[in-house]
Amino acid sequence: MSLRVENLTVYYQTLKGVVQALEDASFSLGDGEIMGLAGESGCGKTTLGTSLIQLSGRMRYMRGKLELDGQELPVWDNQAMNAFRYRKVSLIPQYAMSALNPTRKIGRMTRELIESRSVDFRVVLPELKRRLELVELSEKVLDMYPIELSGGMKQRMVMVLSTLLNPSLLIADEITSALDVSTQKAVVKMLAEFRDREFVKSVMVITHDISVLYQVADSIMVMYAGQLSEKAPADAIIKNPRHPYTKMLISSLPKIGVRHTEQVLSGIPGKPPLLLDPPAGCRFRDRCPVAFEKCLQVPPFLEIQKDHYVACWKEFESHAQAK
Amino acid sequence: MSEEKKKNELLFFALRNSKLKIGAAIVFLFVLFAIFGPSFAKYPLNEFVAGGPNPPSADYYMGTTAYGQDVFAQFVHGLGSTFIVGLVGGGIATLLGMLVGFFGGYKGGWVDELLNGVTNIILVIPTFALLLIMVAYLKLRGILLESIFIGLTCWPWAARAIRAQTFSLVSREFVDLAKLSGMGTLKIIFREIAPNMMSYLFMTFILQFGGAILNAATLDFVGLGPTQGASLGLMMNWATIGSALLLGYWWWFVPPGLAITAIVGALYIMNVGLDEVFNPKLREM
Amino acid sequence: MKRYFLRKLLIYLLTFFIAVTIDWMIPRFMPGDPVLNMLAKAGSVHAEAQEVMYGYLTTAFGLDLPIWQQYLNFWNALFHGDLGVSVLQFPRPVVDVIKSAIPFDLLLLIPAIVLSWIAGNKFGAFAARSKRMDNTLLPVGYILTATPYMWLGILLGWVFAIILKIIPISGAFSYALKPALTWTFVLSVLEHWILPFASLFIVMFGGWAIGMRNMIIYELEADYAHYLEALGAPKRLIRRYAYNNALLPQLSGLALKLGVIVAGAMATEIVFSYPGIGYLILMAIQNSDYFLLQGCFLFIIIGVLLANFIIDIVFILIDPRTRLGMQGGAS
Repeated sequence: MSLRVENLTVYYQTLKGVVQALEDASFSLGDGEIMGLAGESGCGKTTLGTSLIQLSGRMRYMRGKLELDGQELPVWDNQAMNAFRYRKVSLIPQYAMSALNPTRKIGRMTRELIESRSVDFRVVLPELKRRLELVELSEKVLDMYPIELSGGMKQRMVMVLSTLLNPSLLIADEITSALDVSTQKAVVKMLAEFRDREFVKSVMVITHDISVLYQVADSIMVMYAGQLSEKAPADAIIKNPRHPYTKMLISSLPKIGVRHTEQVLSGIPGKPPLLLDPPAGCRFRDRCPVAFEKCLQVPPFLEIQKDHYVACWKEFESHAQAK
Repeated sequence: MSEEKKKNELLFFALRNSKLKIGAAIVFLFVLFAIFGPSFAKYPLNEFVAGGPNPPSADYYMGTTAYGQDVFAQFVHGLGSTFIVGLVGGGIATLLGMLVGFFGGYKGGWVDELLNGVTNIILVIPTFALLLIMVAYLKLRGILLESIFIGLTCWPWAARAIRAQTFSLVSREFVDLAKLSGMGTLKIIFREIAPNMMSYLFMTFILQFGGAILNAATLDFVGLGPTQGASLGLMMNWATIGSALLLGYWWWFVPPGLAITAIVGALYIMNVGLDEVFNPKLREM
Repeated sequence: MKRYFLRKLLIYLLTFFIAVTIDWMIPRFMPGDPVLNMLAKAGSVHAEAQEVMYGYLTTAFGLDLPIWQQYLNFWNALFHGDLGVSVLQFPRPVVDVIKSAIPFDLLLLIPAIVLSWIAGNKFGAFAARSKRMDNTLLPVGYILTATPYMWLGILLGWVFAIILKIIPISGAFSYALKPALTWTFVLSVLEHWILPFASLFIVMFGGWAIGMRNMIIYELEADYAHYLEALGAPKRLIRRYAYNNALLPQLSGLALKLGVIVAGAMATEIVFSYPGIGYLILMAIQNSDYFLLQGCFLFIIIGVLLANFIIDIVFILIDPRTRLGMQGGAS
């Protein structure tokens, strides 16, 4: 599978004006790739993730071309997108724990959902049971109501449900946020397993917690204030970040074994800009230690090394010099 | 957001909300009518000014009753007492509801269990029947007494709603902060919680206002209204006794009910508008 | 589950106890002497005869006994199904008088409540589907629910009985007939029933429609609705789920509204002289028939508590959260 996104721009219509939440995102995802999408709250990662499957009430598609498996993905057309939803693109939502109808038995709801998508439930049932076993859920959950399940169980159920039709692209939105560390690891490993068994082709894992991504992601894409900052293989991002923001992000992560008498935890001074009226050019400009005049123009998202993309004039400069 | 900005923002939306505007306008119109109407009434209240029933004319704006009394006079005076009962009865109900709802919601534990239990019991008992029986035993009845009785029987609805809202506020940090700083219970309730619920309290009051008007009208209609003066419900009572229905004196029984429907309906619609103004999520684009 | 029922039962018993106590207290603690009031209504009589009657009624009321004994006697009589003798329909026992009124009440209330609830809910859900429909429904619904029951009754009576003359205006059936299982009688009953039914139905319908419309909008914003949307489920599936979920609070709302509905029914019965308990209460008040008044109130209380209980049971059957929440879900 492959996902190609070009200049995806999505704004929010609010009473105060237009929030420019996602600006000209261009990237691609390869077959079997688990990409982590990281950044602080409000950086646009959820906007990016959800706009690939469903534009919620206030979201306004402005421009951009998207291609999934060689076919155009018409995110601006709610009706047309229905053909892709669940089958080609699927979602594990942020609110997975409350995503199941509380007054329907899980099995019944699953059947009604599957059949409403014109798939014969009887055909899918054996596979469903196999997958439940895989995530260590008893077959009996199909006969239970959501209230009878624990939070973790519901999460796993939603994971199975969302991937039941083997979508090409799975968007996992903050699926570890509400969990403790050991469960986080288990869930994330499950995700990888799903990919390995080809229940899903590629996964976009949205999270603000980079350490989780390190466990499972093949590549990590960092966003800031609605703009893409950097995308590279997970190792490269952690060990050799190029974008000033990524650098500061990585260095602000606590590392096990390091005591803070030895190395003070550095944060990033300042706050992200409000996106109602964002600054021109690179939006990290005001907090960036190496910003200069060129940064008043929006830096393009360019590949400076194999599979390593960055949007930073300074980096382009030093890279050009290095050549 | 600063207090000033917040107020301005609310005002901005309030002025643009059609439901609020229309509802408030209708209520306001009737209030004006109630205040200034009596001075336009040609004839004093309940005096016999005509030989018998007359349809509306230039002489009798709203006609006369079966006994020859001016319907217009009854109407404008009745509007006044209807509004008073709504205000006082609704006000008492809201206040009592606030007391019970705030305390139960804030204190939690057995205090809440007790108060909630009392609230539920009164909710289940058909208080109107109770009201009827209580009022039936009183020989002389005035509007004030009627309002008090209505307030005493309608507060559970307000208490319920306020308790639920208090619950959601109590778990927030600023309350914990106040508790830590040693503020007394009453102070916390009135300085921290209530101000944040102002809009909700106001909406609850509006509902109680409307409910009190309806309750009073029904009480009056049954014959248990004030023994003096006039009210819209009393007009309908007199009309029924005077066989206005059978004899077709529509000018006597249509206006009072129409006024009540219009006022209470406007209040309800106003409430929906208020909800939209106060709750950003509901605002239409 | 047992605990839930026991708890509910306890509350109902407590409520019943309190209500009965209030019922008993009222004539004794209100200003004025109830017996004197009754006598005053009876009209002027010889002084001696008055004394005898006073003595008789006082004994009948048990007012010569100490208070606590009066109270116990009341409960005792209650359990024996003895609610005293009606003054209005002397010498019929109160229980009898009320018994003949109950069928008419049930005939009026049960269809009105059930049908308006079902229809109102369906309509409210339907209206929430389109903006335009919603904009027309909203004001209409609120106006309907703001309409005083008796006024609507008067209006309907005026239009259909007086102007159009197609439906009779008072009583439960034609005064010329005697209750019998004949077509004529049944038709007559229906004729007299339709207007009170309509006034109750229309006002309540407005209330339920508005309530359901609000609930559905709330449910459509729930997480499960968003999830299903994201997975491409058709609108009708989501709407069906939202509707089923919204019915639950509407049902508990019904239980709470019963007290209000009783008031409305009373007013409507008075307009149409429909011989239900509401009408009886009016007669009792006007004739200072305190026994009858007490009895009516008791019956209303029992009816409301029973209805509440039934609704509680239905709730358990259809809401898995209530059913299972009590057994303690896994956490």
